[in-house]
Amino acid sequence: MKKVEALRDELVKNFSFLDGKIGIPRPRRVFVEVGQDKFEEVFVWAKDKQDFSHLCTITGLDENDRLILIYHLAHDSGVLLNIRTSVPKSDPRIKSIIKYFPGAEIYERELEDLFGAKVEGLPEGNRYPLTDEWPKDEHPLLKDWKPKSA
Amino acid sequence: MHDPKNKFRIPMGPQHPALKEPEGFSVALKGEKILGVEIRLGYNHRGIEKACEQRSYVQDVYLIERICGICSHTHSTCFVQAVEEIAGLIVPERAQYIRTIIGELERIHSHLLWLGVAGHEIGFDTLLMYSWRDREIVMDILAQVTGNRVNYGMNTIGGVRRDISKDQAADVLKAMDLLEERTKYYIEIATQETTIIKRLKGVGVLSHEDALRLDAVGPTGRASGVRRDVRADDPYAAYGKLNFDVITSNHNDVYGRTLVRVKELMESYKMIRQALKDIPDGPITVKAPRNIPAGEALSRYEAPRGEDVHYVLANGTDKPERVKVRAPTLANVQAVKHMLRDRFLADMPIVIAAIDPCFSCTDRMVSLNEEDHSHLLRWDELRAYSIKWHRDNMSIDFSGLNKKLMDRIK
Repeated sequence: MKKVEALRDELVKNFSFLDGKIGIPRPRRVFVEVGQDKFEEVFVWAKDKQDFSHLCTITGLDENDRLILIYHLAHDSGVLLNIRTSVPKSDPRIKSIIKYFPGAEIYERELEDLFGAKVEGLPEGNRYPLTDEWPKDEHPLLKDWKPKSA
Repeated sequence: MHDPKNKFRIPMGPQHPALKEPEGFSVALKGEKILGVEIRLGYNHRGIEKACEQRSYVQDVYLIERICGICSHTHSTCFVQAVEEIAGLIVPERAQYIRTIIGELERIHSHLLWLGVAGHEIGFDTLLMYSWRDREIVMDILAQVTGNRVNYGMNTIGGVRRDISKDQAADVLKAMDLLEERTKYYIEIATQETTIIKRLKGVGVLSHEDALRLDAVGPTGRASGVRRDVRADDPYAAYGKLNFDVITSNHNDVYGRTLVRVKELMESYKMIRQALKDIPDGPITVKAPRNIPAGEALSRYEAPRGEDVHYVLANGTDKPERVKVRAPTLANVQAVKHMLRDRFLADMPIVIAAIDPCFSCTDRMVSLNEEDHSHLLRWDELRAYSIKWHRDNMSIDFSGLNKKLMDRIK
């Protein structure tokens, strides 16, 4: 069983800027907040050095002028590391993580459709989950989006 | 469409006789061989995540239960677990056991349903008839315990809404004996019947390394030797107190996925028996506040098809700020693409079916119009009517077979 406290100590040891930004709300759950500039470094470290080998999904959140992204990584022992990062909604560019987790492709397309994220490094392909006729600039999970019929 | 490089691109779906659900495949073929597949999903997108933000937590329990007609208890449990964690509610142990029992009953009906679909996809419709008939045993039990065949409405924030009585528990145990007997027969078929073995072995191959790399979940991953099961790794409800094995297989193909599912049925019977033996007395719910304090939680649940993930962000009001759902089929999409590459077009239906994508089934009460008056049928009346109708009009009579089955387990 992986110890969440040990994971927290390892995180702080390797990334001193994370001190005070790690939450452990309950056993087997760790939440950490990372700036976009350091995100990939922490993400790859968790995957390669700490064996967080399964990506559960990516959650998008609309928080005022920021687009929040939470990458939910799972360890085989049941510990979940939730890495939270954000980009400004005015420039919502994020880097694709499909080179680390090919299965993330569908999650990233979902972020593009529903939140308007611009994912750099995604190959050409079908959009998901909205229809082909859906306007490219309308992203239903943004808080200010309202259905036309409402 | 003809391609100058001797390739054909064939569209399959979103509506297609070989697919049970709306999803679009664009298959590049050379002869019978699949060169590559593009998948278009989203035809079932109903905007449930957005709708959840506009409804109260209690309303969301019922909305979320309707994400899927088969794993309805899966989604509602996964959601309430997240909300209970944020609200700091201690769910009574009896409720945890009841959630577990319903969850395993749901897995039984889902796996038996899958077995029938798999049989149908390879032209073995006898298996479909048998397994769906047997599935009715667990459907009846679910209807008896929860009041519904699907969308059980058992969960609420803070516990469950209905208790399981002693009589009901006895009926569940009887049904488990009957189903165990039938499942032994299916295991015998799966391991000895040459038609099944020859048709499924080496089809839809997903190596252990690829299953890990592509993040395959549930029986799809476990049939490639990936020992991941949320019930064991990240226990929820009463699973931490139950003894069960995580079933895996190293066949890495549709045959392995079949073995994993039929053997998982045996584990479910075991778990239900233990849960009904160990279930403590006590309350089945605690009072939940209307407004859920600000906070976030990530909840996981082992659905019949694999890991289900719900993320809930609360803002202190009676409505969630955000609800995110990732159902298992989405996690297995990349694996399906990989399984189909360089394989034959004829294998496509069974390879797709082997990840067990969801389709909905419901209907438990019908209104019959007879001449100028209509009347409602009770469940047992509907059942008797259906059996009689098939006997009189189609000469289909299972009563002898049912009697034989009942005699065998006595």
